[in-house]
Formats: sequence, structure tokens, C-alpha cells
Amino acid sequence: MSRSSMWEAVGGIVRRDLLLAMRRRSDAAMSVFFLVIVVSLFPLGVGPEPAVLRTIGPGVLWVAALLACLLSLARVFTADYVDGTLEQMVLVPQPLAVLVVGKVFAHWVISGLPIVLLSPLLGLQFGLSGESLGVLVMSLLLGTPTLSMIGTIGAALVLGVRGSGLLVALLVLPLYVPVLIFGAGAVTGSMAGIGAEANLSLLGACLVLSLFLAPWATAAALRIALE
Amino acid sequence: MLQAVTLSCRRGERRLFSDLNVKVEPGTLLAVVGENGSGKTSLLRIFSSLLPPEEGSILWDGEDIHQLKELYSGQLTYIGHLNGMKDDLTPVENVMSAMALAGEACSRIEAQAALEAIGLKRPIHRLPSKVLSQGQKRRVALARLWLSTRPLWLLDEPFTSLDAASTGVVTQRLHMHLQRGGLAVIVTHQEVDLPAELMRRLRLTG
Repeated sequence: MSRSSMWEAVGGIVRRDLLLAMRRRSDAAMSVFFLVIVVSLFPLGVGPEPAVLRTIGPGVLWVAALLACLLSLARVFTADYVDGTLEQMVLVPQPLAVLVVGKVFAHWVISGLPIVLLSPLLGLQFGLSGESLGVLVMSLLLGTPTLSMIGTIGAALVLGVRGSGLLVALLVLPLYVPVLIFGAGAVTGSMAGIGAEANLSLLGACLVLSLFLAPWATAAALRIALE
Repeated sequence: MLQAVTLSCRRGERRLFSDLNVKVEPGTLLAVVGENGSGKTSLLRIFSSLLPPEEGSILWDGEDIHQLKELYSGQLTYIGHLNGMKDDLTPVENVMSAMALAGEACSRIEAQAALEAIGLKRPIHRLPSKVLSQGQKRRVALARLWLSTRPLWLLDEPFTSLDAASTGVVTQRLHMHLQRGGLAVIVTHQEVDLPAELMRRLRLTG
């Protein structure tokens, strides 16, 4: 019950999930490839008009990042559920919500962080300026953990359900809308010269709010799934 | 002491058992037997707090386990019919991550010793678990028993797909646990080769 054994359990989960991702790199690479492909298709489809690309750039990048995040969500708890490790997680002498934070952190490092790191390169395809690229990275850095947090609630709710991938999308996408609006809004704002601070602050608020509420909701959903 | 008071359980429309009262004293083992679908696993899951009972309660040293929550989880080692291990990790990594998760982190050497105690030789420790046989996988899951210091063990069909020698080794380990004053509840189809005074049998009729 001590604090050290809590960190031990959370650290154990993060380490294990990262180790598993290293063993199965193709799974982790899938969402990144998806992002790169979708974003690269737009300039080809829309045409090389710089003004048009600059206008649609932030929106396209954010929508693609959001969908890439959604793609990896279905996997967050499924394997643990099938092989019985989820039972062990629930029976750990620590609050389940704390373990969920570890689980979400690992998920973000595997599928969110690569998106953040790749985004400036993808932004160049749309002719975004240096400053806008910085804002894009910042907005994704604040936004993608929120997407992971909210998404895991959905992933936990549909555990053991057939066709869960589609169901997660239906459950989670409406909740993603504010993050999308603030995220794309921050980049557009910086391009229009009205500054990105307001939107970035709102993204930060979303992150803090989801960090406090999502783990409890996810933990409750996981317990129900295991009954 | 673990105690079930007027326990009843329903899965869907079917009533599995009702008004069940049973007591497990320190140093004894409760073997739950019965036909397939008679509610053995459900009873074990109720004991583990994974499944809330429809009626009644489980008491640990006189206190309701749903009030004790994490304090109760800190008293038990639960090994379900699923092994709770990752196919892509090696047996050693599986044991280490399971123990770290349970808050009883162990070193690589301790994990190797536990695996050897249950008869998995060194060369196997380095293979990914997916290439192991069913019995070997079961043994990796059960290796946790050699590292666990928890007083209460809840085991669901621990002897499934084990060979005679490993069954004997696990039974010995159970015997040692009971002699140290531990408690155990196991669901099993097989006869458990333990002295009769250490063991009680609970037959569920479904």
C-alpha cells in the first residue's frame, strides 16, 4: 500500500507494455504509417496550390492524427482481457485508476508520441511556416494525451463486444470534437496572426480534466467488463 | 480466516448456488469440486472480489472484502484459468512483470529459481512464451506461487495440463504453504494428494 509499491506497479505496467511494443513493432508502426499515408494523399488529391494547402493543412493534420489515435485504441485492453492479465491488474493492491494512467501513458508513448514527432515533417508538405509548425507540435503534444485518455474509456466500455472497433469510434469521436477544434484552431490562429495561446490553454484544460476524470471512468468500465 | 456468509450467485437466468456458508481456517485448503458449469469458477471469482455476489458477503478476518478493497487484494494471489501471461515475453519476463504488478517485485535470479523449482529448465527461460506447450505455460503461471508471500491463494484448476511430476511439485508447494499457516481455495477436477486433515471439500451441485 506504500507509495513505492504503487510506483512499482505502475512502472511495471509501463515497462511491460513498452517491451511488448518493441517485440511487435509492426503493431505500433501501423498508426504512424496510417497518418503519413493519409496526410500525404491530400496534397496529391487537392493539387499543389500553396494557398489552398496552407488553409486545409492544420485541419487535415489534426483529423489524421485523431484517426490514427483511434486506430490503435481497440488494442489497448483487448490483449490483456483475452490472456487474463487484466484480471491480475484489477486484483493489484493499488487503485485501478492509477494503473490505468500507466496503461494510457504507455499507449501514448507508443502511438501518440511518434505522431507528435513526425508532425513538423508532415506540416512542411502543406507549406506551414516555422512558427505554425511549432504551434502544431505544441497542440499535438497537449492534445494527443487527451485523445488517449478519452479513448481508453471507450476501449474499456466495449471490451468483449463484437465489432468493438466501430463501436469505439462511435462512442469516442463526439468526445474528440472539442480537442479537434481547439487543436486545429490553435494552428489556424497562429497562421492568421491572432495567436494560439487561447486555444492551447483550452487544450491544456482538456488534458487536465481528462487526466482527472478518465482514469476513474475507465477503471469502473474495466471492472464491469470482468464481472 | 476466509468466510462466505449466505452467498448466492446467479449468472444470467441460472441460479448457481444460494445460501452458501463456508469457512476456510488458516492452514487449510478448500477444494471446490462439481460438474462443469456448476459455478466453481464463479465462486472463486467471488472469493477474489472480481465478481460481486448477488447476495451475501465474503469476510476476511471478519471484515467484508468489498470494504477492505485494496487491503484485501494485498492478501491474495489469484491464478485464474487464464494464465495471465504475454506470448511475446519470455517466461522470466512474464514472471517478473506479474510479480511487479502484484507489488511483490522480484529479481531475475529469483524468477529463474522459481521457474526451475517448477521444472522449467534454463534454456526454456529465454524462449518467447508462445512456443511453449500448454503445460509449460501453465507452469510459468504457477511459478508465481514460489515467490508469493501472500497468505491466501485462489487457484482455478491449477493442475490442468500438468504432467504427474509437476502436479506433485505443485501439491508439495501447496502443502508447504498450508504448513506455514496459509489458506488456499482451489477449483479442481483432480484428487489433491494432501493429508485429509488439511483439506475440506465443497461440492457444488449446480
